[in-house]
Amino acid sequence: MDGCVAPIITAAPAIIRERGQREVFCGLTGIVWLHRRIQDAFFLVVGSRTCAHLIQSAAGVMIFAEPRFATAIIEERDLAGRADLDDELDRVVGQLLARRPDIKLLFLVGSCPSEVIKFDLSRAAARLDSRANGSVRILSYSGSGIETTFTEGEDACLTALVPSLAASDQAQLVVVGALADAVEDQFQRLFAEIGLDRVAFLPARRAGAMPQIGRGTKFILAQPFLAATARALEERGAARIDAPFPLGIEGTSLWFEAAASAFGIGPDVVAQAIAVPAKRGREAVAKVAAALVGKSVFFFPDSQLEIPLARFLARECGMRLTEVGTPFLHRDLMARELSLLPPATQLAEGQDVERQLDRCEAAKPDLVVCGLGLANPLEAMGIATKWSIELVFTPTQGFEQAADLANLFARPLGRRAMVKV
Amino acid sequence: MQLTLWTYEGPPHVGAMRIATAMRGVHYVLHAPQGDTYADLLFTMIERRDRRPPVTYTTFQARDLGSDTATLFKNAVREAYDRFKPEAMIVGASCTAELIQDDPGGLAEALGLPIPVIPLELPAYQRKENWGAAETLYRLVRAATLGAKPQRGAFSVNILGPTALGFRHRDDLAEISALIRALGITINAIAPWNARFADLQRLPAAHANIVLYPEIAGTAASYLARAFGQKTISTVPIGLNATRAFIAELTALAGVSQSDDIEADQRSSWYTRSVDSTYLTGKRAFIFGDASHAIAVARVAAEEMGFTVVGLGTYSREFGRELRDAAAQYGVTPLISDDYLEIEAAIAAAVPEIVLGTQMERHIAKRLGIPCAVISAPVHVQDFPARRAPVMGFEGSNVLFDTLTHPLMMGLEEHLIGMFREDFEFHADAAPSHLGGEVAVRPATTFSGWDQAAEAELKKIPFFVRGKARRNTETFAAEQGVSVITIETLYNAKAHFAR
Repeated sequence: MDGCVAPIITAAPAIIRERGQREVFCGLTGIVWLHRRIQDAFFLVVGSRTCAHLIQSAAGVMIFAEPRFATAIIEERDLAGRADLDDELDRVVGQLLARRPDIKLLFLVGSCPSEVIKFDLSRAAARLDSRANGSVRILSYSGSGIETTFTEGEDACLTALVPSLAASDQAQLVVVGALADAVEDQFQRLFAEIGLDRVAFLPARRAGAMPQIGRGTKFILAQPFLAATARALEERGAARIDAPFPLGIEGTSLWFEAAASAFGIGPDVVAQAIAVPAKRGREAVAKVAAALVGKSVFFFPDSQLEIPLARFLARECGMRLTEVGTPFLHRDLMARELSLLPPATQLAEGQDVERQLDRCEAAKPDLVVCGLGLANPLEAMGIATKWSIELVFTPTQGFEQAADLANLFARPLGRRAMVKV
Repeated sequence: MQLTLWTYEGPPHVGAMRIATAMRGVHYVLHAPQGDTYADLLFTMIERRDRRPPVTYTTFQARDLGSDTATLFKNAVREAYDRFKPEAMIVGASCTAELIQDDPGGLAEALGLPIPVIPLELPAYQRKENWGAAETLYRLVRAATLGAKPQRGAFSVNILGPTALGFRHRDDLAEISALIRALGITINAIAPWNARFADLQRLPAAHANIVLYPEIAGTAASYLARAFGQKTISTVPIGLNATRAFIAELTALAGVSQSDDIEADQRSSWYTRSVDSTYLTGKRAFIFGDASHAIAVARVAAEEMGFTVVGLGTYSREFGRELRDAAAQYGVTPLISDDYLEIEAAIAAAVPEIVLGTQMERHIAKRLGIPCAVISAPVHVQDFPARRAPVMGFEGSNVLFDTLTHPLMMGLEEHLIGMFREDFEFHADAAPSHLGGEVAVRPATTFSGWDQAAEAELKKIPFFVRGKARRNTETFAAEQGVSVITIETLYNAKAHFAR
């Protein structure tokens, strides 16, 4: 159960590759947490009523607090060529910016309809950006379902942001991936303890405070779904630090070690800096994990967080892995994680949801991690579930959150034991 | 292009899903990109259904665009047929698939499945959810009844309209079915709720169709009237007077007389005449929702509650005429719009004392500090209640009385607060007594044992758990004899309370 003493195993996991119906969100959903992260950014989806309906369904009640996202709904007249799409978009953006003068960064977000009609949003963004004359930065990316799955929307957004970052060759560490403010601050403090003072985060909380990038930059991913962002940063001369992801005590420890090591700081320094929170976190996880030991878990694909989560549940909580599904498997970003998984873990990349449900039923897992479309139907079949979207919205990274993370999985099992109906 | 922050209705294919999900043995194959499965969770989460909607999505991706998508669609139809063995199938395209111009109907027909396969044309860039539901029901009914030669026996009716994800459809149907049976009238078939394709085939055997929800069943009912000469009962039985009118219309048609005890459990008429309701007189009400609910509830508000209707509107553009007629009765400007900012402005301008609307109006009213009750879709999970809560029929009128009065202060309470306005226990800043006097006296922020950094760290915790975190940390600090709470104390306490 103490993850840090478990042996590192290198046996190649088995993998199922599937195509078929996918029960997943599209990349537009990323807006729901990204807009909370960048406080002066606005996300304008150019799409259909379906897109607006999706974001509204995903955002729940958040939509009412003057949200910083909206949809420019394409109408019949736009498609019939009776209205010029560029003129229409300019009008809508003008309307929007007049309503929200506090916005400093506007993302035009492509959708399936806008991609299929080949509406060139990057050109539109460039045109509007030069017209805005520096008062607001206007960028574009695609969050369409035909190109992106759920968290890949964040990847596309950050990728679009990278070319706009100022250049600097100063030596620095950049942590990449949206984190909760509290988690970011914990990380900032620990890096300072370790002796790393020049640490920046991408995305930053404000448009004007985004990190500079250049040859001196070493970056480390805090989230596993950022393959394109990593490539874009490398094109700007930055170097990626390879590490497992900071989930659980083991993952977080290894993540700090890797970052420090890239700047020539030894593991002994790191061990000393993280000793107190790591010990505290390990003890807290152990309390929660008691309810998870020996239980089996099945992951449906959703966010690409599945492999690090499975690693945490297996090594630090003593769970048995049945199948670990992921929408995409980026082999090199995930190499360290894969090496930590129990040998011959059954992986699945992609999805054919009906076949996967057949396998799930046959495996009779104690807990299934899946989306909200599957959760209640599986519960009704007598299978305990943990709905996966919460794993993206809840602060789960770092030492102080590790027990919270374990608790997300322990709670549905605890509830089933508790409720007598 | 239309700038949209909130949408009252989803796209038309969601309407088609509502029909398919309401029915049994009907499967929907939807040509749609990855991500459109989000609509499943409306049914599994908001309506809390215990099984997945009977919908197969083709889930095409960028690399499939081109000729591949047609093959993908055909495979999806064939596999859905093999796996689910439906009695009938509907096929169609979502907004994106509409643009790539595969022909779902033709492709499905080419497969030669041994069941009825009904193609849907749902123009996603012109129409919306309710239209999609109405069109789907109509197409299904038409396919099931084409060329039927009905044999009619004793007088019977069909009930049309209740769907999945409908506001109180489950309980409205139970209420109205019981009412019809109590009148001694036979129900021939109900659609789409729990109906099979074979039930649709039986529709022409009835003498009349009861259209509970005109937005959904209007098109199918007028087809049935044209094709089989069936009568349509379109009085929506929401509220006491409308329910009585509905019964009068139905009994006249059936040639039966109503029994005396039909209103035995009806309490709203006495409640509204009792003295405690006097304070309701002239309360200014703003009403917005789908056209049928808005119009019906306006009548309840005016005739049965004694409110003054100060605003009436709908997002159902298809029912603009009906809404305008109703608004004229109350001398208010009709508001036909699906732009919630426009509705917010109209509400603010009308200065109502109560707002009766959808989920959005609930939030608008909250922001404006006005009491509010929900009377129409779109609604969130709490408006798919476990308890029985119809809005139709006599129990519905009881439910509506409670729903429309609870947000308002009850008469006696209002009187007391007015009388003791300047009293030391009733002044504006006093905390409600059930919270205990201390709440207002001792604001939580006066605790001095937190250092600045810890206090700042605490603020990063979401507000809804912050109070608990503060309490736990302070308890922990007291137990450990810590005098000043630091960030370390905060996280030590967090780990301590982990379980």
